[in-house]
Amino acid sequence: MAEKFDEATQKELASFLETQQAIARLNSSIQQLTTTCWDKCVTSTPSTRFSRSEENCLANCVGRFLDTSLFMVQQLEEKRIQHQGGR
Amino acid sequence: MAARKEAVMNNVRQELALANAQELMNKASERCFAKCVTKPGDSLSSSEQTCLSRCLDRYMEAFDIVSRTYTARVSKERHEGQQAAALQNL
Repeated sequence: MAEKFDEATQKELASFLETQQAIARLNSSIQQLTTTCWDKCVTSTPSTRFSRSEENCLANCVGRFLDTSLFMVQQLEEKRIQHQGGR
Repeated sequence: MAARKEAVMNNVRQELALANAQELMNKASERCFAKCVTKPGDSLSSSEQTCLSRCLDRYMEAFDIVSRTYTARVSKERHEGQQAAALQNL
């Protein structure tokens, strides 16, 4: 069997893997968001290029989706505070 | 040892890139099949093939737009967060 990596190398590999896992999560968010925004924005039969409105819609879709995530977290936080204040 | 470490890292990078490409192809096939092959016949007609080929190009373009918009937004917010933190430290 191959000899073990020394401790410094093991640490380096561990942090490398954490980075790669973060990249994998980012990739999967982008994949998911692509299908969501495709379904919302691309309604016509695919042609040789996007129309201006489809292109704008795709970019807006990403921005508004991220806004929505933030908004939901804020709402939840407000509800939590209200709930605590009401007791 | 260093060479073996590099080999492990490159393996991981390759696996990740492959998985990402496979997922893109799976989703593009699913979306484009739904759009272009509305009534499956004996074989893919030439108009279906044209539609599929364009659809694949548009899907990859959409992926590119989403990817660029997403990363631009994330790095903008990270930058603003750093500025806010820097201001608080003044």
